[in-house]
Amino acid sequence: QEVTVEVLDRLEHLALVDFRDAEGVERLQKAIQFADQLHEVNTDGVEPMDSVLEDRCLYLREDDVTEGNCTKELLKNAREKVEEYFVAPPGNIPLPKLEERETFLQGS
Amino acid sequence: WVPVVGLEIHAQISSNSKLFSGSQVQFAAAPNSLVSFFDASLPGTLPVLNRRCVEAAVMTGLALNCSINKRSLFDRKHYFYADLPAGYQITQQRVPIAVNGSLSYSICIDNKMSQMVTKTVRIKQIQLEQDSGKSLHDDTRNQTLVDLNRAGVGLMEVVMEPDMCCGEEAAAAVRELQLILQTLGSSQAVMAEGQLRVDANISVHHPGEHYGVRTEVKNINSLRFLAKAVDYEIQRQIEELENGGTILNETRAFDSKLGCTVPMRDKEGKQDYRFMPEPNLPPLILYDAKSLPANMNHQQVVNVDWIHERLPDLPSVKRAKLVERYGILPEHGFTLLNEDGLTEFFENVVKQTQMKPKKVIGWILNDLLSYLKQHSLTVKESPVSSFLLADLLNLLEKKEISSTAAKQVLAELWKGEGKTPFEIVKEKKLELIQDQKELEQICQAVIDGQENEVMAIKAGNQKVLNKLIGLVQRETQGRSNPALVKQLLEKKLSE
Repeated sequence: QEVTVEVLDRLEHLALVDFRDAEGVERLQKAIQFADQLHEVNTDGVEPMDSVLEDRCLYLREDDVTEGNCTKELLKNAREKVEEYFVAPPGNIPLPKLEERETFLQGS
Repeated sequence: WVPVVGLEIHAQISSNSKLFSGSQVQFAAAPNSLVSFFDASLPGTLPVLNRRCVEAAVMTGLALNCSINKRSLFDRKHYFYADLPAGYQITQQRVPIAVNGSLSYSICIDNKMSQMVTKTVRIKQIQLEQDSGKSLHDDTRNQTLVDLNRAGVGLMEVVMEPDMCCGEEAAAAVRELQLILQTLGSSQAVMAEGQLRVDANISVHHPGEHYGVRTEVKNINSLRFLAKAVDYEIQRQIEELENGGTILNETRAFDSKLGCTVPMRDKEGKQDYRFMPEPNLPPLILYDAKSLPANMNHQQVVNVDWIHERLPDLPSVKRAKLVERYGILPEHGFTLLNEDGLTEFFENVVKQTQMKPKKVIGWILNDLLSYLKQHSLTVKESPVSSFLLADLLNLLEKKEISSTAAKQVLAELWKGEGKTPFEIVKEKKLELIQDQKELEQICQAVIDGQENEVMAIKAGNQKVLNKLIGLVQRETQGRSNPALVKQLLEKKLSE
């Protein structure tokens, strides 16, 4: 199964990754093939495991206020701030459409 | 056309600290002052689940007749937005904490309180999830200001199946949920402070055909606007389809000023949240009396049965108890619970007066409540206390004043000048005439002056008697007991 340009474009939009060149796409292709090996195992009637922590105990914290009040420290990392707010662009700036981008994917 | 309405309700959990961190939960604090390193998504931080939030969700699930999942899981929901610093929200998509419940609510038919109908909406699930921060849009400088105080606050998302059909039903269901949450204390559920947010999913179809395309309506800030938004959207969809158009599966915002829904900007195509299990949190295990582990630290154990035993009376139970205890009507119970503090006020008046609760309720709902509504006051802000009202009703009950006079006294009391009912009665000379002889004389005078009416009554027209009673009332400036007057007049006329 080939990974299509549409799928790659969608991934780039969703995750803001850049497949950059043929090698990048090839690596993705290989990673998918590697994971597909899982299909060779018969998992009928087996609960999927999504974490090796699954039988660990989930620790419950008491409802006490123990953190916060560190506005200055947090804002230290901000490139721009207004009073004590972080500053962000007016809205999400989506990746331009495929036709309008200079990307390797264009040529495929 | 069959309209179909489903709701997704986000209720902020009433807790001291956040869902996965120890920073404080508080409305209106200095920007970014209630934010921990985890809330700001700084690298190297991990989520630690707050026990109180789990209990709140279990209580709510039990109150809504849900099955509590003894094992539930946390997931990551990915999307980019400036007020979501991690780039994902921790939620419960695969296995939420509670499923398959129901909520019963009442609506009035034709706006008549006396005809109430009970409806039920199915609860699909309740899940625990994080709230996002707040974005303030500064259009003049083309930027957004972000405050993360709200980021990470615990939410219960309550998903109601599309069992509702109009704005009134949606608003009634949400109102009942609000009362339940406030009774449980799991959320203060004040819509105006953003503690209860509602998104509506709306579609229409012809009977017999399958469901139409649905739209999601957001930005609804009050119950009134919820009803308006739902009804508007239903109408809009019907008109669109009848004109041969189609409905887009889109998200719309409710514009309260214009009273309509508009497409929301900033929606770049269909979202794909790429859900994945939250790798830093093992499954959440809840216990009951049977499965309680012997050796575990109590603090680490949430016992569903223990919580069940301690659930307070839900609104529906409270209403039934009021009806049974005081002999009032179901719709009275409904109104009592619907106004914050009114039940307490009513019960306090009943305690302090000899008047039967069935009569007291009339004064509470018809007189006191309408005054409060006219002046936009809450029960707590009432210038007339339960003590004063009870005092007034006692005067009425002892037949020292007529009910017309009582209403006049209430109007005076409303001014809040500190006078007692007794003082007002004396001041305005509203006492009922107790001297029977004096009353008899006045009755006789009226009879003597109304020859025609007297003949009519003697001929069998009883209705004219009311005119005579009215005349006596006028003569006595409302200070006569109508029942007694009627008796005296009838006696005299039969002589």
